[in-house]
Amino acid sequence: MARRRVPRWLSANLLLLPTGLWLALFLLVPLALVVQYSFATRDTGPLRVVLPWTAQAYRTALDPAFLPIFGRTLAYAALTTVACLVLGFPLAWFIARHGGRHRNALLAAVLVPFWASYLARIYAWKALLDGDGLVNRLLGAVGLGREGGFLLTDGAVVLGLTYGFLPFMVLPLYVACERFDYRLVEASYDLGHGRVSTFFRVVLPGVRPGVLAGSLLVLVPSAGDFVTPKLLGGVDQSTFGSVIDDQFRGGNNWPLGSAMAVLLMALVVVVLVVRGRRGEDVL
Amino acid sequence: MNAHRADGRVTVAGEPAPRGRRRRGAGRRPWALVTAVALVFVFLYAPILWLALVSFNDSRTVSRFTGFSTHWYAELVADERVRSALGLTLRLALSSAAVCTVVGTLAAFGLRRVFRGRGLWTVVLSLPLVVPEVVMGVSLLAFCVKLAGIPLGFGALLAAHVAFSLSFVVVVVRSRLAGMDVRLEEAAADLGAGPLTAFRTVTLPLVAPAVVAGAAFAFLLSFDDLVISSYLTGVGSTTLPVFIYGQASKRGVSPEIVALSTLMVAVSAALLLVGVAVVSWRARRAGRRADLALPG
Repeated sequence: MARRRVPRWLSANLLLLPTGLWLALFLLVPLALVVQYSFATRDTGPLRVVLPWTAQAYRTALDPAFLPIFGRTLAYAALTTVACLVLGFPLAWFIARHGGRHRNALLAAVLVPFWASYLARIYAWKALLDGDGLVNRLLGAVGLGREGGFLLTDGAVVLGLTYGFLPFMVLPLYVACERFDYRLVEASYDLGHGRVSTFFRVVLPGVRPGVLAGSLLVLVPSAGDFVTPKLLGGVDQSTFGSVIDDQFRGGNNWPLGSAMAVLLMALVVVVLVVRGRRGEDVL
Repeated sequence: MNAHRADGRVTVAGEPAPRGRRRRGAGRRPWALVTAVALVFVFLYAPILWLALVSFNDSRTVSRFTGFSTHWYAELVADERVRSALGLTLRLALSSAAVCTVVGTLAAFGLRRVFRGRGLWTVVLSLPLVVPEVVMGVSLLAFCVKLAGIPLGFGALLAAHVAFSLSFVVVVVRSRLAGMDVRLEEAAADLGAGPLTAFRTVTLPLVAPAVVAGAAFAFLLSFDDLVISSYLTGVGSTTLPVFIYGQASKRGVSPEIVALSTLMVAVSAALLLVGVAVVSWRARRAGRRADLALPG
């Protein structure tokens, strides 16, 4: 560009200013408020919190009574991530390797159900997994049915989460598979490695950035989700997200809900920092 | 005579194909992979097709299909609450998309060149992508009710929807800008175009597909949001997903809700397909123009 009257840093920051203000006001300040509330105490009135600062909410949140919920949330998130990897890898690999000129159409086909209202998809599973639902009747025909269907089980929740977040895994994996140099696989075969060994020693390390980015994108929302556990699970399937939701929605205990929100954020930050340490891009 | 194999390699007649390699699957049709992919697609589409089928059911059950009828749709159209929720959802999604497109495109241009502080901006912009929805929702609830005194409803919803959609627009437009040939703009300047003319006639048409895609993205994110919106809807100002959630939590899945969900799926899918078509059409056209402008 020929004429430059404004220095580059100034023009760049000016262009970014509206975004910065919006995110500061409606993201950073609210998050800071939650951190503040997590150190407050619950007052007698509804929706009331009082300072001074105490760590009471954290003591409650880390109470052994909540431990199973913590563990269950992490287990759901981990299982969902693994399930998404197992289902997403063949899809991403196939589209990247064999999609040809239909690649974009195939990717869009993966995304269409993803854009079909999250809620609608959960309801579809609710109807399918019901005692009288299609899945139970089909499985019942081969003697694998279950009395009362599959709702209110851990499996139903992991299934719903996997279904909900699978595209988050497929997209980064696809990008990694597309960049992957397939000649490495042929080289590995030529050097005498079999399929399994080639997969674990050549393919998987080659698409590692995609695996990590996809896992992060699946792990974080599935750890925080409360809609799926609430609609497909029952009381025994309550997660961190659903407990936070209860504390705020009923107006029961904002400081406790805030403390749990901070702990959830801490989990995210740990994952991000571990990734950052390894010198990989956050996203 | 040479034969072209499916994988494009040429085998010489009379010479056996390199068997060991073939057996290991380099060129063979990957039937196991195709089967796996087909199964995953069944997994992805079966629930949605089931939903669509049941929405035309003539009985109240959502577990069995007993006969064809459209009366759940007729009831939906007659339902005043559904109409008002739909109106709010559309207004909200359009407003959010408009704000995000303008603000996000500016930001993407700001990030185009290297400057001090760009790293910090990237971190701030990636925050909405990694903060769990429930945390964002409760923090905005606390902020609106306790600190800012923003009444729950349209204003609070718009603030939130822009906050969580903005980064997606920036990412989409930025990636297009990064892939753009700077020489095109330099050529425009060399040919005597002022900065504004160069922007209007060269830069803007080139980024337009990404801006349209970003706008569609923001619209869909807003149209579909449940978790964050559920904390910020006010009395009489409910979005469609929050309305559906509330109805279904109270009474379970009813055929009206299934019909409404099917409609939302149809709207989202239609928008996505239109978006993909527009983007690929504009990209092709822009690509042709770029080819004409810079041969070789």
